[in-house]
Amino acid sequence: MKSVLTLALALMAAPLAAQNEDLGDPVGEGGNVETAFEGETGEEVGLTGSVTDESDWEDLGIAIPAFATDRDQPTPANANGTGALGQEISRVITSNLRNNGIFKPTGPDALPKPSFAQISAPSWGSWSGRGAEMLVHGYVRARDDGRLVVGCYLYDVALQDELIREGWVVRPADWRRAAHKCSDLIYSRLTGENPFFDSRIAYIAETGPKDNRVKRLAIMDSDGANHRFLTLGSATALTPRYSPDYSQLLYLSYVDGNPRIYVYDIGTGKQKLVAETGNPTLAPRWSPDGRSILYSMAVNGNTDIYRVSADGGRSVRLTNTPGIDIGGSYSPDGNRIVFESDRSGSQQCYVMNADGSNQRRITFFGGRCATPEWSPRGDQIAFTRIAGDFNIAVMTPNGRNLRVLTNGWQDEAPTWAPNGRIIQFFRTARNSGRSGLHQVDLTGRNERRLRTPADASDPAWGPIRP
Amino acid sequence: MSIPKTRIIAIAMLSSASLLAACAKKPPEELPPAPEATAPAPAPSAPTSTGPTVGTQAHFEQAVGSNTVVYFDTDRFNIDSTDAAALQAQAQYLGQYTQVTITVEGHADERGTREYNLALGERRANSAKNYLVSLGIAANRITMVSFGKERPVALESNEQAWAQNRRAASVVIN
Repeated sequence: MKSVLTLALALMAAPLAAQNEDLGDPVGEGGNVETAFEGETGEEVGLTGSVTDESDWEDLGIAIPAFATDRDQPTPANANGTGALGQEISRVITSNLRNNGIFKPTGPDALPKPSFAQISAPSWGSWSGRGAEMLVHGYVRARDDGRLVVGCYLYDVALQDELIREGWVVRPADWRRAAHKCSDLIYSRLTGENPFFDSRIAYIAETGPKDNRVKRLAIMDSDGANHRFLTLGSATALTPRYSPDYSQLLYLSYVDGNPRIYVYDIGTGKQKLVAETGNPTLAPRWSPDGRSILYSMAVNGNTDIYRVSADGGRSVRLTNTPGIDIGGSYSPDGNRIVFESDRSGSQQCYVMNADGSNQRRITFFGGRCATPEWSPRGDQIAFTRIAGDFNIAVMTPNGRNLRVLTNGWQDEAPTWAPNGRIIQFFRTARNSGRSGLHQVDLTGRNERRLRTPADASDPAWGPIRP
Repeated sequence: MSIPKTRIIAIAMLSSASLLAACAKKPPEELPPAPEATAPAPAPSAPTSTGPTVGTQAHFEQAVGSNTVVYFDTDRFNIDSTDAAALQAQAQYLGQYTQVTITVEGHADERGTREYNLALGERRANSAKNYLVSLGIAANRITMVSFGKERPVALESNEQAWAQNRRAASVVIN
């Protein structure tokens, strides 16, 4: 409530010249994370495998006691010093690992606290009786230059052996990134999958009644922390997309009264039109290398997909059929684009080469295909399946092996975790119009809601942070 | 079916980009009813002093009634005979008051994906505009804006509500 008040005051004090803007204060994206040491990874033991085994893993117990500190020191990251920060880091890791249906973690509040010396030499006897197959240890150390060193160790309790270790140097403000990197290290080592926790999500925060929704651009970490609103809400904001390097966001804004897509610079808080045109521009997307932008433009009621360089210049029209061709999501190699078109009479998904050639429909099952998103792994396309209700589904890039993953009344707009194993989407409730973010894994068995400060829609998950 | 006044205020907020207006989280309550319906006018010789003035939405609505809005079937954007009659009433008004310019707002119901609905709203607004142009109204007097599913007038999730929300609404530009 207080922050809302502050924003309103800031708005009233804004100079007239800024009245076309709807932007909050610019926010930085934090500092770099430096790897402190690469693990002596030990021999190749422990669990590997694919998600097909996930149901068998749900009993994999992981004990995550508080991270120790060599010397309890004050740090801007925690009012109670590095010792308390170590406890917080363990809580973040526990929460990350619990929420994905693969592990059964036990957090620091239910476990004894190891000493600093025990971090690299666990007291095996005190862990073997706890039903935890895996043990996570770690430490926090405040460096003289104000930065924090966070070490992360994964042990196999039965083997009494270290599986992997790694450490990072972070600014105190980035302490959560160290917790996410440790979570990623554990997740990757035990599943064989790529990491995803150290990433961010852009989305639209919604407040107000159904016929007068206030929609603001917002960003947060993958677990909902470090949440920030980027626009003030006076202009409707929709459909954000993080640039691959997290420096910019594409989104749609009604700031001049019409739907237009803008590129918003996170460092400066400034934004500019992606295409200078008198026509509505919709559905912005980045190419995987961040050098190109796809957008859709309606001219005399006919919508087609265009590509423009992120540096500006002339747009290239990629589709030219009568009807609505919209959206577009690049394959990870940047060579192909999956998009949505109603040229056949209803919304269906099509694939074309990146230059617009060789357009062909890939969906022929019952119902419609909307908002296709190519997996970062390249092996799947997620989309909104419309068949009575709206649900999140996946298929292969040639339109086969349809699998419906959710069963809400209106589940819409899938976005992939950086490792292509989890899909986030938004769910709208019948009648009330209330909306929230949910995520589901590729098995469809593990679905959960991601808490946000307000209602939420249009999630866009970015890649692993640079 | 008239356009709720709160809706007009919301458009004013968007298009004027007025910071102070935008500050208000909620638009004001509905304006008081127009004066013409209250007491019998003692001097009927001066109607222009009491009714809405030309160039306002109220004047447009008084002249054409519910014909300011045309409705569409699911995923459709064609002008049927009911729509044509409504647009003919609009064209007659615009032919009489040649200084009036309008925005046609295209809308979709909530049972569609967001981006597609924005494009669909644009297509519906374009259909209405084209019909008005075919009736002789200059294209440069008609602008279009699509709100997709962002601005419903009927708030329930059922067929009746969705039918009211699949619309192209003509709004006088002040």
